[in-house]
Amino acid sequence: MLISIAWRNVWRNKLRSGIIITAITLGLIAGIFSTAVYEGMVIQRVDKVIMSELSHIQIHEPGFRNSMELTGFIPNAASIASKVDDIEGVEGVSNRIIVYSMVSSAETGAGVKITGIIPKEEKKVSNIHTKLVEGNYFGEDTRSKRIKPIVIGQKLAEKLKVHLGSKVVITLQDVNNNLTGAPFRVKGIFNTLSIVFDEGNVYVRYEDLRALTGLPDGAAHEIAILAMNNEMAEVLKPKVEAVAPGLEVLTWINLSPEMNYLNEAMDLYLYIFIVIILFALLFGIINTMLMAVLERTKEIGMLMAIGMNKLRVFVLIMYETVFLTLTGGLLGVILGALISIYFETHKIDLSLWAEGYMELGYDPFVYTSLEYGMLGNVTIMVLITGVLASIYPAWKALSYNPADALRIE
Amino acid sequence: MSIIEIKNLTKIYDGSTVEVRAVDHIDLSFEQGEFTAVVGPSGSGKTTFLNMLGGLDAPTEGEVIIDNVDIWQLNSRKRIDFRLHNIGFVFQAYNLLPVLTAKENVELIMELQRRPKEERTERALSLLEAVGLGDRVDSRPSKLSGGQQQRVAVARALASRPKFILADEPTANLDSKSTENLLDIMENLNKEENITFIFSTHDARVMKKARRIVTLEDGKILSDEIKQP
Repeated sequence: MLISIAWRNVWRNKLRSGIIITAITLGLIAGIFSTAVYEGMVIQRVDKVIMSELSHIQIHEPGFRNSMELTGFIPNAASIASKVDDIEGVEGVSNRIIVYSMVSSAETGAGVKITGIIPKEEKKVSNIHTKLVEGNYFGEDTRSKRIKPIVIGQKLAEKLKVHLGSKVVITLQDVNNNLTGAPFRVKGIFNTLSIVFDEGNVYVRYEDLRALTGLPDGAAHEIAILAMNNEMAEVLKPKVEAVAPGLEVLTWINLSPEMNYLNEAMDLYLYIFIVIILFALLFGIINTMLMAVLERTKEIGMLMAIGMNKLRVFVLIMYETVFLTLTGGLLGVILGALISIYFETHKIDLSLWAEGYMELGYDPFVYTSLEYGMLGNVTIMVLITGVLASIYPAWKALSYNPADALRIE
Repeated sequence: MSIIEIKNLTKIYDGSTVEVRAVDHIDLSFEQGEFTAVVGPSGSGKTTFLNMLGGLDAPTEGEVIIDNVDIWQLNSRKRIDFRLHNIGFVFQAYNLLPVLTAKENVELIMELQRRPKEERTERALSLLEAVGLGDRVDSRPSKLSGGQQQRVAVARALASRPKFILADEPTANLDSKSTENLLDIMENLNKEENITFIFSTHDARVMKKARRIVTLEDGKILSDEIKQP
């Protein structure tokens, strides 16, 4: 009957209970939705880095990542790539020649990372080909042309003041330290929505760059591997190491520890965020329950007079507080989840602030990502908040002397 | 044999300048089946006396012995439990729980006693029938008149099978018809079930029904009169 009394007590003052329930509901909707937005942003950021830059696993000659020397290539990259491709769970393998050098237009020049790729293979490990806003990704029509094709970022195109069909010149030192260069025709312009990436990366065909640098046939600086999913990378790593003896095999977590940290730290920050919301609500709940207890002094005095012991009085107040909190909490969790689920498939347009987000490498269009385990944890946190909020009002009720409480009008 | 023995019962309130002796060295005893009114003008100490008798307000001095138990020697937890099983209360302002129906209000005290559900329901219904509310068992207090609410309170007080019932000005908020009705019910229960009633009042109609009248003045017993049948 205590449960029944507590539940009915919640609805005695509908306006007062309604206000605090609404506050809890809105607070949790905000908390859960924000969490889902941030989670979505981080996942998008991680996926973006993996799909446009890192892939899941990379193989290099030891020391290459520090020196970035042209001579730090893997001589038998083609045969290693073919072995890696046979490993179960590998979705794609692509050999890359990487050169940091200058690309110049008639107007100006810029330092860039030039990546020589085999377009057919690269499509399996990166999504740059899906980010083209103009032209094509080393399409058929480019093969017959005399000038070699190049695909560049939109931001770089603006910087170099070039457009589709413009000629640019790549200048670099070959393996023999001779200065060399070649003209390329802009055949594709991509926009990954990451300003930094789009300004610093260009793609040319593997064979064109190999010929220019003088690297031996089948050599590459980087073997990029895409696994079935992010988690699979760690599982595949030892298998890859087995077919690439003496080479440095690194997963995306090793290559970009800040991405993994971002992922893990974000979870912690989001829980702290929810705790802050609940902490603020805690005072509202205490206030509401304190008002309820003070209003019912006489009633509590009567219950104590007829023989309700202190534990039961405490439990009665605690049930009432928990019901009040859980009603708002569950509504908040359910509505917050529904809204978050809706925006998993409907983009949130942050393009008003796009410049800032893009500078940081985030997409201006965000899709939420709801972690279902979090909903259970938030519900438990709401329950704990309810129990904590009940302590002071219940203690206040217990401090009544029944004879004094019964005298109050 | 006495079911209640009161010895040297005293309550002193320490005011800022003067001390107030609300109850002043009272010795009294009550027998099983009494129908006693404690009367006196306002401030005479009636309510304080009943509160100490019922274990609600601690005396400054003296003893309240109920069935050989000095209730003020019990610790708080045991005294609450003692009240639950031995004393029924009827309050001036009824003090029913507004969120419960009449039946649930009566059942509540039996649930506190951990009585089985069937027994609770059966006894609540029979007590409400006895106080003339058999047709209002599912009504909440807000749907009942003052007299009806006080009858539910009497049924609640009886539900725990107490040794006696303390009623503090039970008719103070009732009209004459409801007062008459309530007094008849209490008198019948007293006569037929031998239930002991001790109530404070300054209502002449109540005094007329009482078989013993203890008059207090300035916290002392002015008279203790037992009416002849």
